[in-house]
Formats: sequence, C-alpha cells, structure tokens
Amino acid sequence: MVQYAPAHLDASFAALADVTRRGVLEQLGRSDASITDLAEKFRMTLTGMKKHVGVLEQAGLVTTEKVGRVRTCKLGKCRLQEETAWLERYRQLWDLRFDALEKVVEELKRKEKIDGRKKRQ
Amino acid sequence: MDAKRDNEPAFTKNRTTVERKSERELVITRTINGPARIVFEAFTKPELLKQWWVPKSCGVSLLSCEADVRVGGRYRLVYDASPKPMEFFGRYLEVTPYSRLVWTNEEGEDDGAVTTVTFEEKAGKTLLVMHDLYPSKEALDDAFVGMEGGMPEALEQLDEFVVTLGASRPHGRT
Repeated sequence: MVQYAPAHLDASFAALADVTRRGVLEQLGRSDASITDLAEKFRMTLTGMKKHVGVLEQAGLVTTEKVGRVRTCKLGKCRLQEETAWLERYRQLWDLRFDALEKVVEELKRKEKIDGRKKRQ
Repeated sequence: MDAKRDNEPAFTKNRTTVERKSERELVITRTINGPARIVFEAFTKPELLKQWWVPKSCGVSLLSCEADVRVGGRYRLVYDASPKPMEFFGRYLEVTPYSRLVWTNEEGEDDGAVTTVTFEEKAGKTLLVMHDLYPSKEALDDAFVGMEGGMPEALEQLDEFVVTLGASRPHGRT
C-alpha cells in the first residue's frame, strides 16, 4: 500500500548488512561519538571507519557534524519509520473521512430516489 | 462478465490508499459507492462537506465550514482543537463540475500544497484521486516530521479514535 523509491530501501538494507555498521548504530544509540572514538572501539583505521560512517550517513541512519577537527556522529532520525507511521495515520484519517463521505452520498442517493418517485406519482 | 463483482462483494469496505508518488507528491485514492455527480456535490456544498470532512468519531468538531466553490472562491474550516482552534483555508483554482477540483492550502507559514481531486465515474461508483503537490521535497518531508514530532497529542487522539471506531464497527460499514 505504502510504496517507496527502492533506492531509499536499498541504501538502508545495504547499510545494515554489515556487522560493524550495526555495531556502530548500537554504539551511537547509547551515546554520540567521534569517528576517532568509533575507530578505536571497533579496532579499525580511521579511514575504514570513515567509510562505514559514510555508508550509514548516505542511508540517513547517521548524521555527522564537524566541530573544529572532530567529526561527531549521532543517530539520524529514521526517516523511513517516521514516514511510514505518518502515512499510515494519514491513511486512517482519510479512511474515516471517506467512510463518512459514503454515508452522506448514501443519504443523497436515497433522497433522490424518494424525490424521483414523488415526481412520477 | 462482471469480473469485478467477484473480487469486490457489495459488503466489502472500499479501500483507501495513500502513496508518496514522488519527492513532492502524495496521492490518496478511494472508491465511493455513488455517481460522480453526487460525490462532487458532497465536496462542494458546505452543508454537506461539514457532515463528513471531520467525522464525528474523531472527537474534534468543526466550529465553522465556509466554502465558496468557484474559481477564485475561498474556503475556511475551523476545528475545535486543543489548545486552540485550528484553521485551514485556501482558494479554489479549478472547479469542473463532476470531474475535477483544485484548491490551495494556505494555512502554513510557507507555500502550501496544491490539492487536485478528480472524480471518475464507473458503473455507478466514483474513483476519487486526491493529489497533493508540495512546493518542494523539503515541504513534504517537513510535513512528516512535523506531524510526528510536533503534534504528538493530535496523533494520539487520532490513534484513539481509530481504535474506538474499529471497536464500535465489528461488522464494517453498514
């Protein structure tokens, strides 16, 4: 029912397919961290960690901000989840609205029938 | 002959779909059991519009509903929302009887979406397609984030009334 550009999903799944990147997300869920912190924690080179963070950032799962010489990473707002929830609520609202519209239309149809009969009589 | 009848028995509730068609477009569809002429009337007569636009079950009521449905005419809906009433207003850009309505949404601070509704009649039923075109990708993205973050109460209320409604309608639409 709710559809997305496949690219959007591909990026998220690709980002989550790697065990280090999942670890980074878990870590950032506990607290923000710099790329250096993350590289140390995951025993990686700075360049390697930068690449992983780049993939997560591309997918919108992580945001980074550079202050001075330090790039801090934090969890991105999960757009996909937000959007899905919003669309479903929006759908429910319109569903109710249209149910009410059908009642109004039903009533108008009934009135027309009665009026039609009266005219014929 | 009528293959549709097999798939859609008369008692099945018509489905409402919402889809983000592109970065700037949101599309809602729904079939209504009635001719386009009558469905159009329900959209364009304020006294009918107010009977369905804000369903009673949602706990919010309409304080006023004005709609001057002609090209250049204005509409204004005021909801009895907490903490203060909410206003929605705009202007009609196109009014083509029984087939098409276009209006602006001007209540926001920035440029709002333009809504196009088409009424397509088939075998006594009307397919409604509501198309919202936002001025930019950011405007539509903000609508999502804004709703989620900025109006938790309104959303909770919506959830509540959806649940209530589900419970009070065990047999679906009558």
